[in-house]
Amino acid sequence: MFRMIAIVAGVGLALAGSAEAQTPRKGGTIRMTAPYGSSFTSLDIHTTQRAQDEIYAKALHRSLYIWNSAEGKPVLELAKEDVVSGGGLVHTFKLRDDAYFHNGRKMTADDVIWSYNRIMDGTKAFPGARFVRVIEGAAAVEKGQAKEISGLKKIDDFTIEMKLTEKVDPGFYFFTALTSIYPADEGAKDSFIQHPIGLGPFKFVEHVPGSRIVLERWDRFYKPGKPYADKIVVSIMGEAAARDVAFRNKEIDTSVLGPAQYVAYQSDAALKGTIVEVAEVFTRYMGMNPSFKPFADKRVRQAINYAIDTDLIINKLVKGKAYRATSWLPLTSPAYDKAMKPYPYDPAKAKQLLAEAGYPSGFEFEWTTSQNESWGLPIVSAVIPMLDKVGIKAKVKQVETAVLAEVVRSGDYQAFIYSQASGPDPLAALKCFHSATPQPACNYMTYKNADFDKIVDAAGQADDPAKRIELLQKANALLYEEAPVWFFNYNKAVMAVQPWLKGVQLNATELTHQNVEDLWVDETSPAK
Amino acid sequence: MLSFLFRRLLQTVPTVLAVVLLVFVLFSVVPGSIVSSMSDDSDPQVEERMKKQLGLDDPVYVRFGKYIAKLSTGDLGTSFRTREPVTTMIAKRAWPTLQLVFAAMAFAVVIGVPLGFIAALKPGGIVDTLAMMVAVSGLSIAKFWLGLVLMYLFALKLGWLPSFGYGDGGLKYLLLPAVTLGVSPMALFARTTRAAVLEIMTADFVRTARSKGMSETRVVKWHVMRNALVIILTTVGLQFGALMGQAVVVEKLFSWPGIGSLLVDSVLQRDIPAVQGSILVVVLAFLAINLLIDVLYGVIDPRIRYA
Repeated sequence: MFRMIAIVAGVGLALAGSAEAQTPRKGGTIRMTAPYGSSFTSLDIHTTQRAQDEIYAKALHRSLYIWNSAEGKPVLELAKEDVVSGGGLVHTFKLRDDAYFHNGRKMTADDVIWSYNRIMDGTKAFPGARFVRVIEGAAAVEKGQAKEISGLKKIDDFTIEMKLTEKVDPGFYFFTALTSIYPADEGAKDSFIQHPIGLGPFKFVEHVPGSRIVLERWDRFYKPGKPYADKIVVSIMGEAAARDVAFRNKEIDTSVLGPAQYVAYQSDAALKGTIVEVAEVFTRYMGMNPSFKPFADKRVRQAINYAIDTDLIINKLVKGKAYRATSWLPLTSPAYDKAMKPYPYDPAKAKQLLAEAGYPSGFEFEWTTSQNESWGLPIVSAVIPMLDKVGIKAKVKQVETAVLAEVVRSGDYQAFIYSQASGPDPLAALKCFHSATPQPACNYMTYKNADFDKIVDAAGQADDPAKRIELLQKANALLYEEAPVWFFNYNKAVMAVQPWLKGVQLNATELTHQNVEDLWVDETSPAK
Repeated sequence: MLSFLFRRLLQTVPTVLAVVLLVFVLFSVVPGSIVSSMSDDSDPQVEERMKKQLGLDDPVYVRFGKYIAKLSTGDLGTSFRTREPVTTMIAKRAWPTLQLVFAAMAFAVVIGVPLGFIAALKPGGIVDTLAMMVAVSGLSIAKFWLGLVLMYLFALKLGWLPSFGYGDGGLKYLLLPAVTLGVSPMALFARTTRAAVLEIMTADFVRTARSKGMSETRVVKWHVMRNALVIILTTVGLQFGALMGQAVVVEKLFSWPGIGSLLVDSVLQRDIPAVQGSILVVVLAFLAINLLIDVLYGVIDPRIRYA
């Protein structure tokens, strides 16, 4: 499924295909960019959930699982085997016995247990706690009621048993850098934050705050022959225009493109072939507060979906750098239903629904937005006249992105526009609409529907993967019908990749997060 | 002189306290908090614990009191984001910012002051017109745009310099950011120098010097230049502070690892200790430079004496 979508989406597939046909070259320097801000948050990756930080962490650290872009799912990384028992709740992991930390010490079960216990230190509020909490007894450690996670047992040096609180695929919980495995002895030292040690294919050399991180090949990395490159430099480049110059000047190997650059690169014969794109697992939408009377009526919410010419906005304003959303689950979700069609642009139908709902003359609402160019003020400004046509007046309330996150979680809004992770786990994504999910977690619209809950619960209990997908598709279709949001788009992540950089993966969870051991540069790279 | 210095140092205390208070109050009332930017956790207890650990559960006045108490011992606190001491974070970034600001200032002074001087010697002439055209342009051009143009020209087209980065901190990495930052003060210095020189040239003591038969070179060197320098120095001092602030844009554009980019990210993520520390360092640098300039007044113009 994922591969098929990648073929449709990936203009850079020819590039990836030709890479596979060649023998990877050893040596050279890979020059990546971190485009989401002007610094890295911290060298302690347990403390930060920013996409920016995971770019370097993919080289430095490893977790129990890793995201496999080709398969579109997490696969075992630090474990060789996972034996499931106890009705799907108990996982016995056989760990790798050839994984060495950058200080030369071999990883053991103690390091895994120590790392997960650290993440559950409630006084530190590590963001990865929301993943580790799925292990039985983890919440007790977080609350200070226990010292160690009871559901995590060391069988021997290379075997651990993990008892979960619910029947989920642990891969979706333990593949990001937030749950990286640290060396127990070193990770506790204060010096760790200045000189981090991990299990990744590259070891730490230098961090120039606000400018770059340099890493060099770890010769004892557990994948034979990998990594290919000698060195990785991750330059912090928050300004798109500066990245553009540096990319054209061949000073960097990758550059994330915004809508304007996407158009410019597509129309430039020399740069067109460098574009790589993928549908990321983020859904952009306008959330409607059901406690605001008009939005409590499904017909009003549907009317809004009919009243907005979404395709026009995506094509003209977002410059085609997005995929039209049908319902909540994105294109790259295993539970995405190709047969579903998005709401058509039909103002007459919108007016009819409004009249039926008792709002023949429309109504007025306040719309909270950030300045984000892809899902913020410019989009709101384009939508307002469309809503006006059917009698709905929107008053804009502009806030900073950091403030918007608080507004959304507290429910202090009538409507808001946002971008939210809707994958990679379709079950977790749909659980955000489960009535048992608290608003601050991700049920931002305090959505409540007994039928929906029942379907999602059944999907969670289903042992048969096909049955599970079928149920999730049903839940997704119900969301479409219920329209708790205006389904705007799924993000199309676009990156320019120099022709000499090979092995780039179309990672739907975040395109900049590359399994760097698979990347290599050919002899035409200026950074030989 | 010593008592003057002592008095000036004492005068900086209320200024620093006012800045600290202002920043503290500002970040206590603006919406958004570090807790929401660090974790999107569902458990409200987690948020509460995090607030407690960061000391955000105390009333504002208690937090301010604790901050001042720490500050008096030279402790700028611990960053909410990185959990590093703020002094360590600033120490890593202070040198690149100072490098950038001093280089920009050197460029501005070396180009701007002579340009203004030459322009003033023949007002209305071709040199004056051209110099003032450059000056007005320099003041009007946005730094972001200028930086991109310089990158395009010197990196992409000519291939002489790298377009971004700190490298080893050497000159070839410093040139483009420094020129980008320095163009605006260069233009200001040119205009200020021109105006100062023109005014001094018509002063009574200059006319007297000329009537006494003093050569034009000596008039310019001994009377015009030294008197103009006092005005120029004042402008330089004020511009130093402005450059520390404006460096934010340039640092971000060129991936230069200074305090500016630290400040921007800290503000966006509501990392209050890092914001306070960064602003405090910028303010202290500004005050120190202006104190130095006050001292230099006396060196340049012996008539200025400090009681």
